[in-house]
Amino acid sequence: MKCRKCGGTAVLELRRHNVAFCAPDFLEFFRRQVNEAVRRHRMFTRDESLLVAVSGGKDSLALWDVLLEEGYSATGLYLDLGIFDYSRESRAKCEAFAAGRGAPLRIVSVEQEVGAAIPEVRAATRRPTCSACGLSKRYLMNKAALEHGFPVVATGHNLDDEAATLFGSVLHWQTEPLARQSPALPSTHPKLVRRVKPLYRLSELETAAYAFLRGIDYIVEECPFAKGATSLLHKDILNRLEDASPGAKHNFLYGFLEKGRAAFEQASPVELNECVRCGQVTTGTLCAFCKLADQVKRSR
Amino acid sequence: MKVILRHPKREMELAGRRRVKELLNELDILPGTVLVIRGSELLTIDAVVGEEDVIELRPVISGGGA
Repeated sequence: MKCRKCGGTAVLELRRHNVAFCAPDFLEFFRRQVNEAVRRHRMFTRDESLLVAVSGGKDSLALWDVLLEEGYSATGLYLDLGIFDYSRESRAKCEAFAAGRGAPLRIVSVEQEVGAAIPEVRAATRRPTCSACGLSKRYLMNKAALEHGFPVVATGHNLDDEAATLFGSVLHWQTEPLARQSPALPSTHPKLVRRVKPLYRLSELETAAYAFLRGIDYIVEECPFAKGATSLLHKDILNRLEDASPGAKHNFLYGFLEKGRAAFEQASPVELNECVRCGQVTTGTLCAFCKLADQVKRSR
Repeated sequence: MKVILRHPKREMELAGRRRVKELLNELDILPGTVLVIRGSELLTIDAVVGEEDVIELRPVISGGGA
């Protein structure tokens, strides 16, 4: 297979775009897609300091890498979930990446913040593990950004992640998540920092290829608690669709963002308050994170 | 050829030359869900792999998250 741009040997075929690229031209395509995402959704400016949530996986390290390459001031934030060897290895990958690039890395321990590491949180609550973990991560990312003066948090969510989330929300017609799903969530409260997803235009295959071609040493093994996660089932269904009809995921997500989302946004106005205990933003009186911490305490 | 698979990590030996597309078909793996790695290079589905090759099929799908 030949590179569409230079005619050299291709290393990756992008069926949804009906093209194949050699390594240098693919890396250029990747950077262009990130820049287009940032520009289109006014995610951040060159003057802003970015906090990049990193897990040690391909997506977040690819994101951190491309932002540094593009000249942004990007600090990594690693949330130590305390998931046995998986967390030890993923933390080491982040630390090695940061040291290699001379980039600053902040580390926050979930155990210190919640009162228990994710395995204990999992045992203490009835929530699916990924749900409790996601809740903790969103809360701690926002808290860390506020405490250290970052106006924006960037996460490594890619096109596949976003399409799978959309698929799950549509299956259950969850109108509030549909209203909130966006590549860029603005700050709607002084204590809520902007959240952006600069990789939303790139598939999981593309972020993995970028990480590989850039020589990024990322954790390939999966989180042990992700096994059986609904998001994986949704991804499997979407990948089968994509194989039969290239571009299906892209059209599903982009179509929603361009034509569908606004209707849900208008229908779901949300009143924001500050949590009576921790002061972070919530729609109720006690935030979901403090409720989770209470559940963990009660289980002891 | 030696084929390295993940989740869990394991290896298998296959005889004969074939295109990557045929290899993925045999293993019931959808193209687009794995990186096909030979040494330091990525292979597209039309590439031919032979007896002496060591091929890693590295999944690209990350799970969980919320």
